[in-house]
Amino acid sequence: MIPDLGKYAIEVLSAYVVSIALLVAIVALFMRRAKKMRVQLAQVETRVKAIKEPMDGE
Amino acid sequence: MIALLRRDLALAVRAGGGFGLGLAFFLIVIVLVPLGVGPDATLLGAIAPGMLWVAALLAALLSLDRIFALDFEDGSLPLLATSPLPLEGVALAKGVAHWITTGLPLTIAAPALGFLLNLQPSAYVWLFASLALGTPALSMIGTFGAALTVGLRRGGLLMSLLVLPLYLPTLIFGAEAVRRGAEGLPAATPLLMLAGITLGAFALLPVAASAALRVNLR
Amino acid sequence: MSIWEYANPKKFIATTTPVVPWVLWLSVALLAIGLIWGFFFTPDDFRQGSTVKIIYLHVPAALMAINAWFMMLVASLIWLVRRHHVSALAARAAAPVGVVMTLIALFTGAVWGQPMWGTWWAWDPRLTSFLILFLFYLGYIALWQAIEDPDTAADLTSVLCIVGSVFAMLSRYAVNFWNQGLHQGTSVPVVTGGRSVADVFFVPLVVCMVAFGTLFIALVLMGTATEIRARRIKALETRMRG
Repeated sequence: MIPDLGKYAIEVLSAYVVSIALLVAIVALFMRRAKKMRVQLAQVETRVKAIKEPMDGE
Repeated sequence: MIALLRRDLALAVRAGGGFGLGLAFFLIVIVLVPLGVGPDATLLGAIAPGMLWVAALLAALLSLDRIFALDFEDGSLPLLATSPLPLEGVALAKGVAHWITTGLPLTIAAPALGFLLNLQPSAYVWLFASLALGTPALSMIGTFGAALTVGLRRGGLLMSLLVLPLYLPTLIFGAEAVRRGAEGLPAATPLLMLAGITLGAFALLPVAASAALRVNLR
Repeated sequence: MSIWEYANPKKFIATTTPVVPWVLWLSVALLAIGLIWGFFFTPDDFRQGSTVKIIYLHVPAALMAINAWFMMLVASLIWLVRRHHVSALAARAAAPVGVVMTLIALFTGAVWGQPMWGTWWAWDPRLTSFLILFLFYLGYIALWQAIEDPDTAADLTSVLCIVGSVFAMLSRYAVNFWNQGLHQGTSVPVVTGGRSVADVFFVPLVVCMVAFGTLFIALVLMGTATEIRARRIKALETRMRG
């Protein structure tokens, strides 16, 4: 399956493994923070509305 | 502007003003080198140009936060900002004051310290020339870094992180000038580059520094 | 219908949210195609052996590391001139992506040079320049995090980005000057664009370059929306407290 990398196998494989790991990590990090902010913003906005609403009702 | 310059110089020379500290730090770092790498005279002579420049650079770095911090703390920085002197002029004066109190003494003291590191005899004049041309740049770049972080408590470490990469070209050309001069190779190019960096820094960085100061004084 | 309409944060989020997943998946697909093609279906190089396969990671990452900083520079200028928050936040979002690109470029560059130089790290001018770029990125990110007020942070980091860009270019020149005498005769195993690469390597390389670029765009769009939300959260919480 893996082509014969010859004597440079460690170099090539480590380059690929580390690079892909870094890419996966940054995508995961960005997605996690995006979700966190979306959730937090929704929470804060509901709180703000709840503070305003009682006054509108009167 | 001269008045501002005079005032800063007076403040620096007074006790606690940090005037001698830079020199003392320069000396200490140079003493650290043989203690760290061993007393082999040939090795020391080989690394002397670079180490002298690194030590001078670190000594300049050390006194940067004083440039604006004192004025910021006692409230005189906003007054300087609203004075008839343009903020760019203030930044320029501060940069010059820093050089006179730090860079200039370092330049003068360097040959003595080069002696401690077994610097090649032919290198001394190049050491002096490169530091004379390069330390003003270090002061002006440092003034910009100080302006960026003036509002921050304990911003010293962050300022070093910001300023040191900006110092790299000056360090590279400065140390190269000394090394090449020591070996009798032509050292005009690095010296010219140093002069260029210093002139460029004094021409452009006061603008950037004053922009940063204005932002921080809002 | 000018691009400045998207400077409105709400409109930016509304427009980019449905688009981001597509761009992200596109970049993953392109990356998979490019890397699999390059890794499995290209021959070894006459001189470099199988290490030539590192090119499919190193060159795209290095290009994006530089492009990310350049995008931050443009975004910083737009912020300073036109005061669009989206622009400042886009620069902030791009920085971590640039850091990762720089790290990949550094690691793959060092590893690629190992068979040639015999050490796992060499102070080759290009690698050194990327290490310096890494330091500039770190400083930029650190400054954003150190400052409380968002507008002050945006202003100061923009000024730093501009001054930093000048010094980064100066450093590149200085480092080349610095390393002239060393490593003579050693060919730096980094390709200048695609021109000196044979066709059989070139196409998967281009695919990878496009993949990295698309990934950068996806992450910056995602990250900018995140930063917009973060800023709004902070503003709302401050208002509620006050």
